[in-house]
Amino acid sequence: MDLTLKIWRQKNAKTKGEFVTYQISGISPDCSFLEMLDQMNEKLIRENDEPVDFRKCPVSFDHDCREGICGMCGLFINGRPHGPDEAITTCQLHMRKFKDGDTIVIEPWRSRAFPIIKDLLVDRSAFDKIIQAGGYVNVNTGGVPDANSILIKKNNAELAMDAAACIGCGACVAACANASAMLFVSAKVSQLALLPQGKVESKERVQKMVRTMDKLGFGNCSNTYACEFECPKSVNRSNIARMNLEFIIAKTCTEKETVRIAGV
Amino acid sequence: MSTSLLTYSSITKKIIMACAGLFLVLFLLVHLGINLCILRNDNGDWFKAASHFMGTNYIIKIFEIVLFGGWIIHIFTGVVLTLKNWASRPVGYYKSNKSNTSFFSKYMIWTGLIVFTFMAIHFMNFYFVKLGIVPIPQGSGAESKEDFYRMVIALFQTPLYSIIYIVLIISLGFHLYHAFQSAFQTLGINHNKYNSTIKMVGLIYSLIVCIGFSIIPFYFLCFYKG
Repeated sequence: MDLTLKIWRQKNAKTKGEFVTYQISGISPDCSFLEMLDQMNEKLIRENDEPVDFRKCPVSFDHDCREGICGMCGLFINGRPHGPDEAITTCQLHMRKFKDGDTIVIEPWRSRAFPIIKDLLVDRSAFDKIIQAGGYVNVNTGGVPDANSILIKKNNAELAMDAAACIGCGACVAACANASAMLFVSAKVSQLALLPQGKVESKERVQKMVRTMDKLGFGNCSNTYACEFECPKSVNRSNIARMNLEFIIAKTCTEKETVRIAGV
Repeated sequence: MSTSLLTYSSITKKIIMACAGLFLVLFLLVHLGINLCILRNDNGDWFKAASHFMGTNYIIKIFEIVLFGGWIIHIFTGVVLTLKNWASRPVGYYKSNKSNTSFFSKYMIWTGLIVFTFMAIHFMNFYFVKLGIVPIPQGSGAESKEDFYRMVIALFQTPLYSIIYIVLIISLGFHLYHAFQSAFQTLGINHNKYNSTIKMVGLIYSLIVCIGFSIIPFYFLCFYKG
């Protein structure tokens, strides 16, 4: 396959970026999208011994496991996060999804909360900050409890597992017209709120995580559901509704925390 | 009120907007019911009685204030949320987003703006006339500033006004179609048993509002003879 690639090049976080066009030929339709980019980078290295122009340096892009579970490979390909296929990450995208002679536009995730580090690399530590705000359960140390000592409804276990499939890739933010992180946050809130271990802290958790999400500059959900459509793990929009309900209950039906001293 | 609204979380703002919106959804049905009275061939007796009731009843008077409040809150939260949304992506994509989305959801602020313009025209034509801010339109044959019956007929017999009215009502329908199911999602009601019903009720409601309001200018334009 012969392809024209239009790639966003940006030297660093402070400089202004631009699109640079590259030609590449002899790509196998069986190779993955990231392998195609590897081949293009090798070609750039071969052709430009010690490049002065950064546009002739290899393109930086996020990638890690290359088997669809780490969530690193975030590329906005031809107007869609993770490219023209459903429920996959960029590393799972094959070149057979494109035609010989195609022009492919590759952009980084665009969001105020995900600043560009270089080329196609974005800083997604905003997601880590949301998790740090409450996306965990407190566990007492001590003896190992018996297996299955806590009863969990089968349906809840399934729903929690579906929500926990979120790999935090940020495709929901990239796809959303408002760069909203509601699908990510709601998946994390849901996976814990649905299980008895997480239920205890669910009221504080949802408020803390939403507050952090708002502070980090993500947009608001306008229920366009592009996130659900583009999610590589098909996380359902019902998680967003669950989070909204959790939030309403947390705000309206829980008592204000007061310090109680034993015996007083 | 406005400053505390600004400090609320994104979800709280959305919930306030959804609740205000659902109140407006109910109000539209009442408004439609009264408007449809005008089609009755009774020289406007029912319509006049209904507008007299709406204009004088004390409970309705209180609801008028609630309605204005709801309307302002809905617009205010909508604008604040949209501005934040725009600010969340300072640099846009070169290739516009090709994701499969609910179509009308992307244009809520614009269909909302059209509805707002419509409301402004509507106020100039009727509500402000009643309050005496705007004079009774010349040539409408209205006997008093509360004679909406003649004012409506005069307006709807103007083809340009009627066409603009119908176009604006259709954009209101688009706004409502997304708004209805969106409000339920925002309020946390998403259940695989009821989702299709909510969507269907939203569609039927939008169609009732669209057809119901449009049928009146259509009638006066095409079939009314004095």
